[in-house]
Amino acid sequence: MNNFLKKFYYGDIPEEQSGGQYVTKEGKSDWPLWEVFIRSKQGLDHKHVGSLHAADAAMAIENARDVYTRRMEGVSIWVVESKYVHASNPDEAGSLYEPANDKVYRHPTFYQLPDEVNKM
Amino acid sequence: MKQELINYILHLADNALILGQRNAEWCGHGPVLEQDIAMTNISLDLIGQARNFYQYAASLLGEGATEDTLAYLRTEREFRNCLLVEQHNGDWGQTLLRQFLISNFQQLLYTALQTHKDRQLAAIAEKSLKEVTYHLRWSSEWVIRLGDGTRESHERMLKAIDTLWRYTGELFEPAAYETACVQDGTAVSLATIKDEWQHKTGEVFSEAGLPVPENIFMLTGGKMGKHTEQMGYILAELQYLQRAYPNAQW
Amino acid sequence: MPVKDLEQLFQQKIDAEVKIEPRDWMPDAYRKTLIRQISQHAHSEVVGMLPEGNWITRAPSLKRKAILLAKVQDEAGHGLYLYAATETLGVSREETINDLHSGKAKYSSIFNYPTLTWADIGAIGWLVDGAAIMNQVMLTRTSYGPYARAMVRICKEESFHQRQGFESLLVLSRGTPEQKEMCQDAINRWWWPALMMFGPSDSESTHSEQSMRWKIKRKTNDELRQNFIDMCAEQVKILGMHLPDPALRWNEARNHYDFGAINWEEFWNVVKGNGPCNKQRLAARVQAWEDGEWVREAASAYARKKQSGNKAA
Repeated sequence: MNNFLKKFYYGDIPEEQSGGQYVTKEGKSDWPLWEVFIRSKQGLDHKHVGSLHAADAAMAIENARDVYTRRMEGVSIWVVESKYVHASNPDEAGSLYEPANDKVYRHPTFYQLPDEVNKM
Repeated sequence: MKQELINYILHLADNALILGQRNAEWCGHGPVLEQDIAMTNISLDLIGQARNFYQYAASLLGEGATEDTLAYLRTEREFRNCLLVEQHNGDWGQTLLRQFLISNFQQLLYTALQTHKDRQLAAIAEKSLKEVTYHLRWSSEWVIRLGDGTRESHERMLKAIDTLWRYTGELFEPAAYETACVQDGTAVSLATIKDEWQHKTGEVFSEAGLPVPENIFMLTGGKMGKHTEQMGYILAELQYLQRAYPNAQW
Repeated sequence: MPVKDLEQLFQQKIDAEVKIEPRDWMPDAYRKTLIRQISQHAHSEVVGMLPEGNWITRAPSLKRKAILLAKVQDEAGHGLYLYAATETLGVSREETINDLHSGKAKYSSIFNYPTLTWADIGAIGWLVDGAAIMNQVMLTRTSYGPYARAMVRICKEESFHQRQGFESLLVLSRGTPEQKEMCQDAINRWWWPALMMFGPSDSESTHSEQSMRWKIKRKTNDELRQNFIDMCAEQVKILGMHLPDPALRWNEARNHYDFGAINWEEFWNVVKGNGPCNKQRLAARVQAWEDGEWVREAASAYARKKQSGNKAA
């Protein structure tokens, strides 16, 4: 295969920093990449656990079960084709996350309570 | 009656073990990593089922019988699995078709067995059913994908049907011990599940664009210990260490 | 921002133990080193399925068969996690696999040794997985996020591998005279290759220094190797067996075991492709991939059909 695949699955890396233009081309027998999210126990959020290749969604869910729940880790599985995941740009991390830095009052440890009030 | 029941349990166990052993040959050689893992899961399920059946048979037999003496120290003529499970893996398509034909059968068999009067057998069936239901779903999807995939995959599935179909008749032909157990209420009457098996097979084949063969001469004998030549090689491999080092613990 | 500044920022992050993530800027050489190392690691897991897979159909009891199957399956899973980590660096799995099949990419040389008897399965679990775990535990703290996370998952699963290997040797070591002999023989054959798994001595390793600075690696080859030897020298006593190294003895002053010279000529020979099983291992992988081509193609074709069918409907 010429034109080798360079896929940045978690959104595109900005061109000038990626060291060149990459061509994305899928071979006819390439299965797309899927991101897998698993809810481990009733009530907890689905959590990203990894990725895998599958030809279609049904196969992706079954593979996710086989690959990521071999030790009974999950009760619910979501899969989404990796190319549909849009990621925030790390260069903007400052504007996105730093404003939260000085909002310590959002965190429970901000509040000093007497020791008698335990488990809160 | 006890001997018939033991034979019936061994028949169920041998089916699971030999198919599990065959599937295990794929481990490390699958068409893609994800499917390698899926196939190994099925193999593990089947070996687990075999162990449950063997352990139950061993408890009825007594006299020092264990799951391992039953799996490792019986000869070709004593194994009671049907011919279908011992057939070569062939390509991925043939393995998948074999899995589908058997899973379809096991799913119906275990569903019925759950309500039969032998509580231990019913319990094993109930536990195995969850696994087999998944095997059936997975293998059905694959049969459809390959039947309706490319021209090559379709051709390969036709060839797989041609190779394996002749062994499906045996699934519904009761062995003498089986008939005795049916009369006693411990075994499933095969006549009661045959229609449903044909229906499901027809459904999946039709979605896959594959023909259901008609008027094919059926080969039988495995359930009574008359196997194909492949059986000896399977056991030679399976039993090698136990035969080479008698009475050793592993 | 000029590259020089970016590099400085990058090293600052590493020094502050901030994980590098896929979309972060990283020096090309860092990316290349990671691609090389993670894909080698992935290939090792997948090729590593073969020597052990060799005994699945001949496992001596149903319990051992199930354990071995589960273990080899775990390795497939580990390969998959690692290929996925490589993909976050911009290389597709197919490309990575092609590099393996063309001989361009390497995998751990240990898997080019044959599994001759059942005891080899135990010895691999104890020694090979044991050596791998030392490396992997260190890598859970590696600087690249996806790699570190894959290693956390792998380490959780890996501990059962070493334990089952040791336990299976323990049974042999208490068994018949033939079994004891089988056990010692396997240890004899796997010990030195296991020591070579940590790679060349630090003085000879070309990648070590930079990898340490980037915190891809966090301990040197020699440090890890010494830890491993110290551990095994004690464990082998429980088996009532011995390690095949006449120079092995406790050194009070160093607080470590001294050990004999490693045959690096053998190591480089196996790396170059002259190990007992290099040809067979690669041939088996290539064949599995080629035999699977029509399957992957058919599934893709079917998925495309379904998709266009859905759109039409």
